[in-house]
Amino acid sequence: MAYAAGVDVGSTQTKAVIVDESGQIVSRSLIDTGANVVKAAEKAYQVCLLNGNLREEEVEYIVGTGYGRYRVTFGNTQITEISCHARGAVNMFPKTRTVLDMGGQDTKAIRVRPNGEVLDFCMNDKCAAGTGRFLGAASAALEIPLDDLGPTALKAEKPVRISTTCTVFAESEVLSWLGKGKKIEDILLGVHQSIASRSIGLLRRVGIEEQITFTGGVAKNVGMVAALEQNLGLSLNVSAESHFIGALGAALFALDHILTSRAPIGTREELV
Amino acid sequence: MKDEQKPDGIVGRGNREGSDLFRMWFEQLDDAAKKDAPSAYVFVMGSLAEILRVFDFPLVFPEINSLQTAVRRVAHEYLSQAEDYGYSPDICGYVKADVALQIRGGLHPMGKIPRPTLAVLTNACNTYIKWAEIWERMYHAPVFTIDIPGTRQAGRKSHPGESDFERDRRYVQAQLNELIALCQQLTGLKFDIDRFREILDDTNRMNRAWKQIIELNRNHPSVFNALTDGTIYLGVSNGLRGVPQASQYFENLLEEMEYKAARGIGTLVEEKYRLVFVGVPCYPIFRRFNELFTEWGGTFVNSTYLWFASGGANRGYEYDLSRPLESLAEGLLLSVRDAMDSMFHQNLALQEIIAEFDVDGVVFHPIKSCRTVSTGLADGRRALMEWRDIPSLFIESDMMDRRVVSEAQMKNRIDAFFEGLASRKQRAALVG
Repeated sequence: MAYAAGVDVGSTQTKAVIVDESGQIVSRSLIDTGANVVKAAEKAYQVCLLNGNLREEEVEYIVGTGYGRYRVTFGNTQITEISCHARGAVNMFPKTRTVLDMGGQDTKAIRVRPNGEVLDFCMNDKCAAGTGRFLGAASAALEIPLDDLGPTALKAEKPVRISTTCTVFAESEVLSWLGKGKKIEDILLGVHQSIASRSIGLLRRVGIEEQITFTGGVAKNVGMVAALEQNLGLSLNVSAESHFIGALGAALFALDHILTSRAPIGTREELV
Repeated sequence: MKDEQKPDGIVGRGNREGSDLFRMWFEQLDDAAKKDAPSAYVFVMGSLAEILRVFDFPLVFPEINSLQTAVRRVAHEYLSQAEDYGYSPDICGYVKADVALQIRGGLHPMGKIPRPTLAVLTNACNTYIKWAEIWERMYHAPVFTIDIPGTRQAGRKSHPGESDFERDRRYVQAQLNELIALCQQLTGLKFDIDRFREILDDTNRMNRAWKQIIELNRNHPSVFNALTDGTIYLGVSNGLRGVPQASQYFENLLEEMEYKAARGIGTLVEEKYRLVFVGVPCYPIFRRFNELFTEWGGTFVNSTYLWFASGGANRGYEYDLSRPLESLAEGLLLSVRDAMDSMFHQNLALQEIIAEFDVDGVVFHPIKSCRTVSTGLADGRRALMEWRDIPSLFIESDMMDRRVVSEAQMKNRIDAFFEGLASRKQRAALVG
């Protein structure tokens, strides 16, 4: 049995996934990226091997993805997280036609073909206000752990309108609402709605086609899922393993390489 | 090494000679500046070089001066100086670099730039008008604006011989007569119609060759890179328009491109993807920007920049020397209108070249500091994608300001674009 691995080095967290020859996930790991990207990639991969009780030589091919993909020094090749999220999302939810990936500093809207191929994509450019970083700023200002933001926001009755378009200013805007006596849950729902609104703008630029799969670390936030679904008037595909979808896509591309390299010459479909 | 590929051989000659001519032009400007000789400030979309050369005006293209500060990696110094002077970070980077150039007394990395005696512009770019007013205030230089009627409706142009077109042509010609009168007044020279014909004839030679050169890029592999090589050609076609050396240059360049086409000599070791570039180049990282595409085997076979930044010279219009002024008015109307159309109604032209040049993908490059060429790109892209399932990439940076150029972000998007192109090609190969 051969195995394939994907290592997704994101701005906040590094994820690794190992799949078997049938494409099933056999192991996964997640660590904070920190300042040393090379070490983060290595550590995530080693933890993933350990979690799966696998040895390095059992993994035939490794694909690096994410912003730090070129720092996956032990990897065989690199593929952008755009292609990997598309591939992983379609693998997990085969009827996916649109992917919204929300990470620490990037939000991507991706239109995909039924085979997982990217048709079009759009990302936030020069501002992180529609990304997880905005939630981080709110978490710091309100002194609420990141994991509690979503559930707290869902208790809101009268969400405030967050007008800022800048993550750095988000903290001062949140504080100003606190100063006006607004409830924390109302402020938090306002923050979630602000991010949702920006993300939906990206989705509209690529064209919204059902089904939509929500990926990335922020997809674990129930408040964000609710804000997006309410704004879109649609339900989203959300997996408990949403934050591993980029790494999964990378592992599946790695598996493609293994399988095609076994095919007789002349019939190979080189995808990686 | 084969003779044709030696440094003094035919392949690459156009880039070498183009660089030499470009330097020669700036040396002439430097000489004029040191003598405080009169000069005319003009723009790439409708320079009126043919009239101004009759009066011996050295031609200054402030757009080219500005972009050269970016290519030479000093634009930030000029931009900062203009912003310190009071210009907003949000306005055209070309304007700001020029303002700093004027504040510095014409000091430019390529030599000194003379002060304007006259500024001539068309309405092809809305910023031209406000830009020229700066020189008017600084130097009390007269500003002559030629109003060119644009296409009234996308896809419905008027053509020579039709009554609408003739009315527009007469309107343009009347303005040319006024420009000639102003030049006579400023220089004390009489308008020499024979010299005017000679200059038009030189432009004809250049336009004729330029059009054929662009068409030669239909070859597989393409014979020049429309983004990098094309920008060198543009510099010569603008700065030395109507000068015999420029005509000879383009005829030599045509010979080089025919030579390459006949022998299958391209710009890459392996040309995998043929692309069209829409917008203005990213001059702050000009070479690197191109490498982000060539590393994947992508090359630009055509570009809307070659159209509008040449003032529509790509259409190959040839002046009728038996009716020179009337013909110049007609050519100006057609070329500037085409230049404007390539910014505002580009889809129709893109649809044609996608088929004719066997294009694999279209790269849209809006830039922060020029909303004139960037505003419609998102809509244009959407319309193009509705027309046909053609891969396209939308990346934003700037033509001047490296503060808003993020190479890492661009690379990520460009890599994803090529991953999609690769996957698409494989699928097409499998289907048949």
